[in-house]
Amino acid sequence: MQTQEIRRHTISILVDNEAGVLARVIGLFSGRGYNIESLTVAEVDTREQLSRITIVTSGTLMIIEQIKAQLRRLVPVHKVSDLTIEGPSVSRELALVKVTGAGEKRVESLRIADIFRARVVDSTNESFVFEIVGATDKLDAFIRLMEPLGLMDVSRTGVVAIARGPNPI
Amino acid sequence: MTGAEMVLKALVDQGVEVIFGYPGGAVLPLYDELFKQNRLRHVLVRHEQAAVHAAEGYARSTGKVGVVLVTSGPGATNAVTGLLDAMCDSVPLVCLTGQVPTHLIGNDAFQEADTTGITRPCTKHNYLVKDTNQVARVVHEAFYVARTGRPGPVVIDLPKDVLVGKGTYAGPAKVKHKTYRPQVKGDIKAIEEALKLMAHAKRPIFYIGGGVVNSGQAASQLLTQFVHTTGFPCTQTLMGLGGFPGSDPQSLGMVGMHGTYEANMSMHDCDVMICIGARFDDRVTGRINAFAPHAKKIHVDIDPSSINKNVAVDIAIVGDVAHVVEDMMKLWKAKQLRADDRALKAWWGQIEKWRARDCLRFGASNKVIKPQYAIQRLYELTRSRDTYITTEVGQHQMWAAQFYKFEEPGRWMTSGGLGTMGYGLPSAMGVQIAHPDSLVIDIAGEASIQMNIQEMSTLAQYRLPVKVFILNNQYMGMVRQWQELLHGGRYSESYSAALPDFVKLAEAYGAVGLKAEKVDELDGVIEQMMAVNKPVIVDCRVDPAENCFPMIPSGAAHNEMLLGPEDEAEKPISEDGMVLV
Repeated sequence: MQTQEIRRHTISILVDNEAGVLARVIGLFSGRGYNIESLTVAEVDTREQLSRITIVTSGTLMIIEQIKAQLRRLVPVHKVSDLTIEGPSVSRELALVKVTGAGEKRVESLRIADIFRARVVDSTNESFVFEIVGATDKLDAFIRLMEPLGLMDVSRTGVVAIARGPNPI
Repeated sequence: MTGAEMVLKALVDQGVEVIFGYPGGAVLPLYDELFKQNRLRHVLVRHEQAAVHAAEGYARSTGKVGVVLVTSGPGATNAVTGLLDAMCDSVPLVCLTGQVPTHLIGNDAFQEADTTGITRPCTKHNYLVKDTNQVARVVHEAFYVARTGRPGPVVIDLPKDVLVGKGTYAGPAKVKHKTYRPQVKGDIKAIEEALKLMAHAKRPIFYIGGGVVNSGQAASQLLTQFVHTTGFPCTQTLMGLGGFPGSDPQSLGMVGMHGTYEANMSMHDCDVMICIGARFDDRVTGRINAFAPHAKKIHVDIDPSSINKNVAVDIAIVGDVAHVVEDMMKLWKAKQLRADDRALKAWWGQIEKWRARDCLRFGASNKVIKPQYAIQRLYELTRSRDTYITTEVGQHQMWAAQFYKFEEPGRWMTSGGLGTMGYGLPSAMGVQIAHPDSLVIDIAGEASIQMNIQEMSTLAQYRLPVKVFILNNQYMGMVRQWQELLHGGRYSESYSAALPDFVKLAEAYGAVGLKAEKVDELDGVIEQMMAVNKPVIVDCRVDPAENCFPMIPSGAAHNEMLLGPEDEAEKPISEDGMVLV
């Protein structure tokens, strides 16, 4: 508990999909000075009206434990899972990347996209929009490579994650 | 049934008897319904903040949920301080706020405020009701959330059209919360481990807090028995006073910044600490890296987020104090565990040496009333009566905590976590409403009392014989003390200038005003105060230069206490403490 090492954790929170629930979670993070590296939210169970919020956060072990305890204390929260420590999990992120340019750079961007298995979802004579799905560091690498090739805009979803194997989160 | 009718029916079904409130445009439908019935009593305060503190006093002295009713906009924002106060001190409240009609929400309408947005971080939970059919469910759910687990305030924001509209009522039995189920029984394995640690302890100590008081009378009785069975010393936090009898020989008094020398030294030197319903607040721990360095720590708390928040503990037991202590007691007996008597004897020997320092000693005087002496006399003259004490915030509060001993829970109402000046008078009002025949005293300072002085008018209206006992030292004493210790005696803005004549002020409000200026007048004035069946303000003129000792300066450890003015000269406070609060 005493370790001061800063670690990154992916936390999955199942909440009632009601007005203000996201504000409660975000307010908790800002009010108590916790980090949010990425956050995604969407309804995942329409019958029960449940949403899943996936947050990537960082802090010392004590802080991470505190974050989870504070989240569990929120009344509309059903379940809080720490995917980083509760068994193996898979996490993915999607990015839309706009690259503009002509000539050799344009060809090079297509070639790299092919290596990364990014798809072209929009194209003009002077631009592409690539869609790329993968782990965060893969997206980071792709975007870095696009920088000298005319990177114009990036839009990322943030991380979504789920436990591996047959059991629920 | 209209929304307004449903709100009142739900309150009655929840066993509510009293509401503290203040009317306004958005809640007129509710006030209209209140007018037509006689099962709920409404107490009209003079400021919404006071309504919340009154409900806190009511709740803390009865164990019931306090209820507040205020209007939209300024009504709600005025209530915010009280809500956060209740949040910090875990007081169960339901606060109904009016709101502009749903179609106007977000339009900057007259007296509109984003009440759920503003109160989100200062409530346990809050609701904006947009459909009349949900009114009853939300009210019942709010009471459930307010009182279960770690108690706290819940706000229900009610737009005017929802109050006027019609819908169907649902009784409390039909409402079950989807997710919120706090754990009350402690994990038996953890309890067993804790007991093993306790049986082997050489220098153990119980450190108990407001959780014991909140858990109810039974919790405090069980805990008292358990402390007696083990023979361990027991110290209390500001909020825990009364959770264990203050005059019990095993009580070391209060712990923390202005706690006793014996309590803080024992906390520092202990080898096993049993923390029950307390939260390792910075006012208790002092410098965190020097806090109880040799101790194995056991922490019992109903709120998992209190565990390992400030201090990492060795054994955590999540559960309600009454349940956990009952299990501890049973297992201690069933396993025939015994404390290490020889070690314990030596430990008590050491504690008695610390006690012999008589840390609460003060320079007695027959020229000027010492504030400590005033509280001592107040205690001696009222202890045999059915007495409830509330306080404001500052030096007088600490002296009350040090010199007034509480034998049972629910008798001591003070603003601990938030430290809200102006808490005491309205809180006393709420206590007196709940206990009309008891002696209710607000121990106040001349600065704090002026923060909600308007409530004297409420006392007059409802003939509430609350006694306001002002320790008047003509300073914001605690501010002045810190300026003396940390800011070179530059008393920036801490002098209480242009004070009112409190005797005349009392009379203006239809109360009785008394004044004590000399030491030999004090007892007579206190007797007189108690004899009057009306609200009373006592202006007790005390030594303006007196400081509150003992004290752990900010940033210091438990074993670095200042015992009195002599110490102050010897151990200058480090500048590091200046940035801390």
